Amino acid sequence: MIRVELLRIARRPRTWMVLTLLCGLPVLVAVFVAVTKLAPQPGQGPAFLSAVLSDGSLYPAAGLAIVLPVFLPVSVAVLSGDAVAGEASTGMLRYLLTRPVARTRLLLAKLIGTMSFVLVAVILVAVTSYITGVLAFGSGGLRPVSSSASAGSIASPVTGTSIGGTISTSLSGTPLTTAQLGERVAYGIGYITVSMLGVAAIALFLSTVTDSALGAALGALAALVTSEVLATLDAASAIRPYLPTNYWLAWIDLFRQPILWHDVQRGLAIQAVYAAVFLGLAWANFASKDVTG
Amino acid sequence: MITTHQVTKRFGAVVAVDGVDLDVREGDRYGLLGPNGSGKTTLLRMLLALIFATSGEIEVAGEPIPRRAARVLPRIGSLIEGPAAYGYLSGRANLALLDAAGPGDATGGRRTRKARIDDALDCVGLGGIDRRPVRAYSLGMRQRLGLAAALLRRPQLLILDEPTNGLDPRGIREIRDLLIELNSDGVTVLLSSHLLGEIEQLCTRVGVLDRGRLVIQDELDRLRAPTDRVLLRTPDAEQAAALLDGKVDVREGDRLVVRAPDAAELNARLVGAGLRVEEMVRERRSLEELVMNATGPSADRFDAPDAGRSAPPNGSAVPDDATTPDGETAPDGADAATPDITTAQDAS
Repeated sequence: MIRVELLRIARRPRTWMVLTLLCGLPVLVAVFVAVTKLAPQPGQGPAFLSAVLSDGSLYPAAGLAIVLPVFLPVSVAVLSGDAVAGEASTGMLRYLLTRPVARTRLLLAKLIGTMSFVLVAVILVAVTSYITGVLAFGSGGLRPVSSSASAGSIASPVTGTSIGGTISTSLSGTPLTTAQLGERVAYGIGYITVSMLGVAAIALFLSTVTDSALGAALGALAALVTSEVLATLDAASAIRPYLPTNYWLAWIDLFRQPILWHDVQRGLAIQAVYAAVFLGLAWANFASKDVTG
Repeated sequence: MITTHQVTKRFGAVVAVDGVDLDVREGDRYGLLGPNGSGKTTLLRMLLALIFATSGEIEVAGEPIPRRAARVLPRIGSLIEGPAAYGYLSGRANLALLDAAGPGDATGGRRTRKARIDDALDCVGLGGIDRRPVRAYSLGMRQRLGLAAALLRRPQLLILDEPTNGLDPRGIREIRDLLIELNSDGVTVLLSSHLLGEIEQLCTRVGVLDRGRLVIQDELDRLRAPTDRVLLRTPDAEQAAALLDGKVDVREGDRLVVRAPDAAELNARLVGAGLRVEEMVRERRSLEELVMNATGPSADRFDAPDAGRSAPPNGSAVPDDATTPDGETAPDGADAATPDITTAQDAS
């Protein structure tokens, strides 16, 4: 069933459309920035974007920062919300279950399918962003760049990678080799993929509750928006560390020297908790559910 | 093949299936009849472990459902409430995906997949289908594809819910012939329909559901056994009525309904008396009358409170104990073999 699900996702036109859109956004941003040479000031706009003018090979990080806050979670919510409810509304669910596919296995296949999509999407965004970045801004990995880097060193200074002014100092000036940068990007891809686990689990749970794929996706998005709103609210600061979106940007710490693991670890733990709770609920609901759709 | 014991399903306050003792024997072509909303689909879904019964026991092919459903389901082909397929894939791709999703055991497997798909498509008349996506299929083609999916694993038991929906008369006939052929190869067929004609022409056994209760279950031949009455048409109706005094149940113009166990003898008697006989036929109970008598109004009908009384003329004319679960018709006064059909005929 898992293989079938992956095959089905791969053969679905919608999958490719979402991937195209996801990869297209960083390209669009790159075109604007490259044409105007107007990068956001350090501390404003998506992370890393201010640094890419001087080094195109940093653009994968910028590209990920562009799609992460909204675009990626929205597509995850839509796909995961469709996972069971979509099958139910077309009637395929009853034919899969009578084939038979065990219900637990079906849920597992759906989750693996969604997460595989996220992984592929994140990798594709990183790759297309790298190509775009190098084409538009030149590669900084092979020549000295940036006033802050010492002359002659193979350096990729990540300066002012802050969002909302929470990050200020850190790694400015410390050089990263291309190999290090590659490693950090790989870590980032992994972390971002895991970051989507919470949304995917919430949407999958809602997908087992309703037969409307749209309803499930909207429900998951509502949870996300709530989380994002509460994250900015000082009055809600007590629960902030437990919000699913709170550590989403912790992957930026992976680009510091040395890597700051604290938030990354917290982020992974939070995602694990959300995944466990909502997958548990999804399983409990779906395993004993009357399939009438 | 299928036995249920007092199976009941409640959805909240609604009792969809109420204490049903279904008995489908191996080799049967079993037709499940009943008005819309009488619980046919719910019952079939419970047999396939899609819906869990509130109470009661279900056994399919000797295994308890839903506990051992995973062992039985590979041997069952089903079509429940219309076919379904991924619209962006071709029919073949849909069947391949569906087959690959199931267990790769003796009933299926990758090596035989292509041959089985070809066979199934041939069976339902889609052997020459092109690569167009299912999205572009007509209603009838989708129905055929759904049947092909049910046949994919060469099942021992077919559970089909309204299998001829969306097919034209020729298509209906093809499917009927296909099911009869499969059945003669040993496949047990359980199908539901609200089309009496379809059941009458296809099935060997019949069950009738009414508001969740199984009110009739018997061999079709026995249900339609001749009554001991004869329908007679003669231009000399007056004389015939006089001759057969006391045995004429109904007389309308030149038509008589006569109580007579032997039609040939009745004919000889009439002719012997010099009366002309235009038509003479043993009265048979029709399935339609049986069902109409045994069932109430459709669940999709909502009459206004004051108009409700006059709605269906024969609705629930038969008391609930008129048939026992195993289908024996209960005695009805002196005339044990004749149920309440007489009232229906009198009315016409």
